[in-house]
Amino acid sequence: MIADLGFFALVIAFGVSIYAAVAAWYGNRVDEPRWVESGRNAVILVFPLVALSAGTIIMSLLNNDFSIEYVWRVSSIDMPTYLKVTSLWGGQAGSLLFWNLLLALFAAVVMMRKWRVDREFMPYVIIVISMTQVFFLGISAFIENPFTRMTVIPPDGNGLNPLLRHPGMIIHPPMLYLGFVGFVIPYSFAMAALLTNKLDDRWIRTTRRWTLVAWLFLSLGLILGGRWAYDVLGWGGYWAWDPVENASLMPWLAGTAFLHSVMIQEKRNMFKMWNMFLIVMTYCLVILGTFVVRSGVISSVHSFAQSAIGPFFFAFIVIMFLFSAYWMTKRREDLATENQINSFLSREAAFLYNNFLIMAILAVVFLFTYYPIFSELFTGEKGFVGAPVYEQATAPLFAALLLLMGVAPLTMWYKTSAKRLEMSLLWPAVATTVIVGVIFALGIRYWAALLGMWIVIFSLILTLIEFWKGTRARMKRGENVLTAYGHLLSRNRRRYGGYWIHIGVLVMAFGIIGTEVFQQQTQLNLQNGESLTMGNYEMVFNGVERFPGPDDLLITEADVDVFYNGRFVKNLNPRTELYTRTGQPMTIPAARSTISEDFYVLLVNWEPTSSTEATFRVYVNPLINWVWAGGLIFVIGTLIAAWPDPRKEKVAEAKRERMALGVGD
Amino acid sequence: MKEERNLILEAYFVVRKRQPTTHYPLRTMSSRFIVLSLFLTMFASLLVLPAAAQDVETEEPVLREVSDDEVNEVAKDLYCPVCENTPLDVCPTKACADWRELIRTKLAAGETKQDVFDYFVLQYGDSALARPPKTGINFVLWLLPFIAVALGLVFFARYMKGLRQDDPETVTSASGVQDVSPEPAPDDYSARVEQELKGK
Repeated sequence: MIADLGFFALVIAFGVSIYAAVAAWYGNRVDEPRWVESGRNAVILVFPLVALSAGTIIMSLLNNDFSIEYVWRVSSIDMPTYLKVTSLWGGQAGSLLFWNLLLALFAAVVMMRKWRVDREFMPYVIIVISMTQVFFLGISAFIENPFTRMTVIPPDGNGLNPLLRHPGMIIHPPMLYLGFVGFVIPYSFAMAALLTNKLDDRWIRTTRRWTLVAWLFLSLGLILGGRWAYDVLGWGGYWAWDPVENASLMPWLAGTAFLHSVMIQEKRNMFKMWNMFLIVMTYCLVILGTFVVRSGVISSVHSFAQSAIGPFFFAFIVIMFLFSAYWMTKRREDLATENQINSFLSREAAFLYNNFLIMAILAVVFLFTYYPIFSELFTGEKGFVGAPVYEQATAPLFAALLLLMGVAPLTMWYKTSAKRLEMSLLWPAVATTVIVGVIFALGIRYWAALLGMWIVIFSLILTLIEFWKGTRARMKRGENVLTAYGHLLSRNRRRYGGYWIHIGVLVMAFGIIGTEVFQQQTQLNLQNGESLTMGNYEMVFNGVERFPGPDDLLITEADVDVFYNGRFVKNLNPRTELYTRTGQPMTIPAARSTISEDFYVLLVNWEPTSSTEATFRVYVNPLINWVWAGGLIFVIGTLIAAWPDPRKEKVAEAKRERMALGVGD
Repeated sequence: MKEERNLILEAYFVVRKRQPTTHYPLRTMSSRFIVLSLFLTMFASLLVLPAAAQDVETEEPVLREVSDDEVNEVAKDLYCPVCENTPLDVCPTKACADWRELIRTKLAAGETKQDVFDYFVLQYGDSALARPPKTGINFVLWLLPFIAVALGLVFFARYMKGLRQDDPETVTSASGVQDVSPEPAPDDYSARVEQELKGK
């Protein structure tokens, strides 16, 4: 049987991973490079084995082999082919296997690309990656085994969870997982640096692109998740501070702090311990996130105890944390630095403020997310923190971070004179105040929104000025604006890509302020032909239809015409879908989007809908599309920053050699 | 007792638009009569006012029409006790639809938002509320972010304070290279950009 082959491959991969770790360790210990090379080959071999295993699951899904429990659970005969393939990550067992596949892929790529350059790190990189791989393969092979058989073969499967049958949901989990898995690589290099006691910034430079790419995928996962929520979940928003969302936000936050603070180490050789700590924390949050996303641990301590994988994950995180902490303590003297921050107004101090704010947000999110567990442990009663509390607690911190985003790039390394800083801040501040004054004059009186907009516009102006100054400097050499700007970007991708990321975040923040503060909503029951009015919009209800959809779907679809200022603008079909087999309802909104706002209509199934009347929930979401546009800018910025540049790589290589010779930068 | 009666009398005369009292020595009027007339007035007003309200709403006196928006306004701050992390106003399940009807009934019976919250807390515990009350362990939770931020600030301030003592001009880096802090002149921004573009 094909599934037996898959399981067999999985067990072999497990054994090979153990071998890789042991061989690398032994080879390093007896100083026998052949053993280390054998370990490397073993790491590379794991990928085809896991790929074979995942391939058999996909084959079984395509062949409707319901003798396999996982296939029965997530698939059904009449599901479209592409959904059958993507069902690989539609359930817990499958998604863990998918995690394994991605890790094996990344590990193989690292082994092939970085082998010669960072040879001395390699034994330890192999050990750390393999330890992680062994853990996840062990879980896949022996605890959450996707190849488990059914005692009785059912004629048809359950079908994929309806919520997951959306293009956004098909691409969103792989993005998150790529992000999660990607962070394993910088972590393993950090550990290698610790264990070899080569604690300069080499491990950071080597893994810079890995970190950025992991961070990019995690960001993409978060943005796509938000879009998916907005398109499918039917509650008019994109972020609910759900534990599962938070579980992927937390590693992102830690990773963001890491990406910023490594720059201090690269430039000033400081904060080595802190950077180690950040990458260890990111790694632990990644493992925790993987676990939380797929299990109902937050809902109750009891489900944690019942969950087969819970204790294993917990033990693994503790072991890896203690392992990292032990080596950090052991190397604390080598991690110390004699360099110090000289001024509150310096780039390094600004990075530190950034880290402080991000850590504060992370602490709040962590505390609130795991509060139900703490509360149940200590009081026996299940506690809960809802979205409004998260917003209240994090909004001031995010606002400070946005302000810092604009001001920090103006500071210089070592020291910036307060006067200079004031001079460069004065006119942008005046301009921003004028703009916000205009917004005020237009009738917006809500102070939090005005303050938020002030910060966003101020930071945006400052960032654009930075671009302009850089471009102008190059234009002095006779280049035109576009060439000058292009050169600026390509010569310092990291900085100017980073500025684009900042602009993306600011545009998103503008959209978030708009939707959070100015969202309007109403709910009304309409008879056929009646209409409702909200703001400048009028919505006429033309009728409702019920018909069977593909699979076991029962669709109820309303037909409404939207008028803006009395002019017809769009016909919309909001609907509810009922998966009759599982009884799971879904509310699919319809929206009329413009750059300034969305008119977003939900067909609400509060009462059984008859053919002549229906209940609608209508939202006006101002500036919502700025959130998506900002997300796009953000991704483009990250791509600019992460794009390979062979010329610069050579320079970096030369620089590494210079540093090794003690010339310094 | 006497004072209380005087108060009542005063109130009565206020109602009667402060008719001159001096011409009618109080003692001559039977106090029983005054109290009686006061009660009569109150009773009459009780009868008249609901009738007036009824004229406007043409509804039964206790129940009123509660719009979906009013229900949502309350439900959005409650979390569905069965589905995880879903605010009650958007939860599509049947159970939540029933809970929303319950809210509607309660509002129709004249209960306030807080009454409804109290009911849900009584039935399902604090976890039904989007904003947990600041009592017991919840209070600790509420305090912890502040403590965390404060601790961070203290740590940070101490770190920075220690630094200000140092001479900012010459600091030796760990690699043994002396790195001085050269503050560029105010107008050499373009030079700085150029240098960075070339050097890095």
